[in-house]
Amino acid sequence: MAEEWQPKILAIICNWCSYAGADLAGGARIQYPPDIRAIRVMCTGRVDPLFIMKAFQDGADGVLVSGCHFGDCHYLEGNFKAAKRMFLIKSVLKNIGLNDKRLRMTFVSASEGAKWAGVVTDVIKTVKELGPSPLKEFQK
Amino acid sequence: MAEKKEARIGVFLCHCGTNIAGSINIKEVQDYARTLPGVVVSDEYQYMCSTPGQGKIVDAIKEHNLTGIVVAACSPRLHEPTFRVASKVGGINPFRFEMANIREQNSWVHMHDKEGATAKAKDAVRIAVAKASLLEDLFPKSVPVEKAAIVVGAGVAGIQASLDLANAGIPTYLVEKTPTIGGRMSQLDKTFPTLDCSQCILTPKMVDVGRNENIILKTYTEVEKVEGYIGNFEITLRKKARGVMTPEEAEAKGIVGGGCNGCGDCSGVCPVIKGNEFEFAMAPRKAIFIHHPQVVPNIYTVDFESCIKCGLCVEACGDKKAIDLEMEDSFEKIKVGTAILATGYELFPIEKKAEWGYNRFENVITGLEFERLICASGPTGGHLVRPSDGQTPKKVGFVLCAGSRDNTGIGKPYCSRFCCMYSLKHAHQIIEKIPGVKAYLFYMDIRSFGKMYEEFYYRIQDEGAKFIRGRVANILEDPKSRNLMVFAEDTLLQRPVNIELDLVVLASAVQPSPEADTVRKLFGVSKSADGWMLEAHPKLNPCGTTTAGVFLAGVCQGPKDIPDTVAQAEGAASAASIPIHVGKVELEPYFAQCMEEKCAGCGMCVNLCPYSALALVEKEGKKVMQVTEAKCKGCGTCGGFCPGGAIHMQHFTTPQIVAQIDAFLLGGEQ
Repeated sequence: MAEEWQPKILAIICNWCSYAGADLAGGARIQYPPDIRAIRVMCTGRVDPLFIMKAFQDGADGVLVSGCHFGDCHYLEGNFKAAKRMFLIKSVLKNIGLNDKRLRMTFVSASEGAKWAGVVTDVIKTVKELGPSPLKEFQK
Repeated sequence: MAEKKEARIGVFLCHCGTNIAGSINIKEVQDYARTLPGVVVSDEYQYMCSTPGQGKIVDAIKEHNLTGIVVAACSPRLHEPTFRVASKVGGINPFRFEMANIREQNSWVHMHDKEGATAKAKDAVRIAVAKASLLEDLFPKSVPVEKAAIVVGAGVAGIQASLDLANAGIPTYLVEKTPTIGGRMSQLDKTFPTLDCSQCILTPKMVDVGRNENIILKTYTEVEKVEGYIGNFEITLRKKARGVMTPEEAEAKGIVGGGCNGCGDCSGVCPVIKGNEFEFAMAPRKAIFIHHPQVVPNIYTVDFESCIKCGLCVEACGDKKAIDLEMEDSFEKIKVGTAILATGYELFPIEKKAEWGYNRFENVITGLEFERLICASGPTGGHLVRPSDGQTPKKVGFVLCAGSRDNTGIGKPYCSRFCCMYSLKHAHQIIEKIPGVKAYLFYMDIRSFGKMYEEFYYRIQDEGAKFIRGRVANILEDPKSRNLMVFAEDTLLQRPVNIELDLVVLASAVQPSPEADTVRKLFGVSKSADGWMLEAHPKLNPCGTTTAGVFLAGVCQGPKDIPDTVAQAEGAASAASIPIHVGKVELEPYFAQCMEEKCAGCGMCVNLCPYSALALVEKEGKKVMQVTEAKCKGCGTCGGFCPGGAIHMQHFTTPQIVAQIDAFLLGGEQ
């Protein structure tokens, strides 16, 4: 084990905006901490609340969902529908005793590489401050 | 659904020279990959995208009878198509390929953390293997392409693009929001560095547009709605009420020999006087007007906002019966295969840079206003005069980078690219026209990057223009003489400059217009951080966008001068013509499917679908959802909501995504 605790943070990001923005951060060699693992979906509209609950159940310390800006969604309004779901999921998280700051939705466009790096850095910082997910204790 | 077949996965790691291998221990990840469930071969190569690299995939598929491929390399947005082809060549379905991004989202952003980057790469490979184990055979859907194109915006970019498309035999709708085509270029007097008269080189093209049988010209028309996808866009156009009928429209209404012939009798009798937008209100127009004599089409337009409906024009028009003051907006639906956006630019509102006094001081004008004042067909017949008193200026200042390269948060951070050159041209024009005139150019850097541009810069220096390297700090007006006191710093001589000038021309920054942004959103095109439309790739696909079948031409993609605009327009036209000439396109098969045994027929997905691709139908006595594949674009919003988990979102199925999440968080090493 490393001396410092490494949080496990899942990012589910849309192909057209945030994934492209993350790629752009790479092209521009903007450095950020590595404690995040991304899964690509075509649109944040695809993000089933189940995915997020599954991640927390599996012991994720934080989940980031990132899509296009409102009005810029490649599929018109998938990001808007995803954002509405986030309120619901956050309230569920609170009810089961998880700090809802562990779940974040952001909007990063394909041209915002620096913003992506900033978002990731901030999410990692927030999760590190919150410490390991209390749900980990319930795992086998 | 996935037939039960034991997964046999091949993992291939790319060094990308030192791009990846410099920050990630490839050998360690390769060995690790072998421990993952289903992985039967784990290999690495310097450049997986090279022919030998792809060869490794092809050989391994045959040798190990693989059912899935994982390549850990760059972004799937870059090389997914490459490796799909390799998978296909190897003999498996190309959609059984999955990519782990260990370059853009790993080695390049964790360059100094080899341990962290290597651990992340292992996770990325494990996640990809989990998905690859569940991938299914998918088949792209081939759809026919409508043999027609649309070009939005009829400046020089839109004109060139539509002429090229039309000459390639493609019926092309050229849509322009103003009453005439020509755009910004038609407002210019001369063009740098050749000093061609702008109208002289543009109007032949404008006339060609009017004459070309393949161009369906739609002026005073806006895009209202865009539906469909590459090959089959259904576009609703709003034809704004023009108040005047063309001869064709008149004939359709049974008025034989009627319709507008551009005679102008109506305008002559119209009592309403407004500022002519084409001349930046430095010349008048009537409420029924044409902007300038060379308009195409040569049809008058009623400005209903200022029209008092006195009816004098209707009387003057007489038997031609061209004018209909009760006309209303009308709508038309067109079908096209591809689209080119060429929406151009507008000037940054330079009055926001209050220190230069635009709008406060009459003798501070913009570069475009200068173009009209120096143009022989302009409001002064080509005699450059001061707006305050009509006198010929003897000392003229040009402020470059006015609002461009401005990091104060007020202006634009980018270079507007053509202002240096047109300011040089302006200096040349006054030196040529006004004996004894003095031209002062206040500049940060002169960017004369194009062909024969640097030579033109030397020529203007030789002609005696004064170059002062420094930004103008402040401009004050002498209330009596209306002369301008210009304060600046000459950064080369390191001393303050304080000059009294007769006229100041601001080389204003350019920005996308709000209408252009509406068009951008209608076509689902992203925007860059600076507000311009975002190209698919800044270097390798500068005409394309991330919306298949939609292309960009001209300044809407970023500031550029006329040669670059025309070149990009030709490129966009060529790109837009390819799917039309091929006649069909293949769509990625990311369609939603209904698992009818799980579907409760609640219909929530039907309302969520942004494309109306879903419907409830009656099947074997129960209601189930049905997908129209041609309408489904694969966003998966339905699948993200279905309470019964009844939607099978191809290539992004719930089991696949859950497997990825589990692989990340629960591990899976053997």
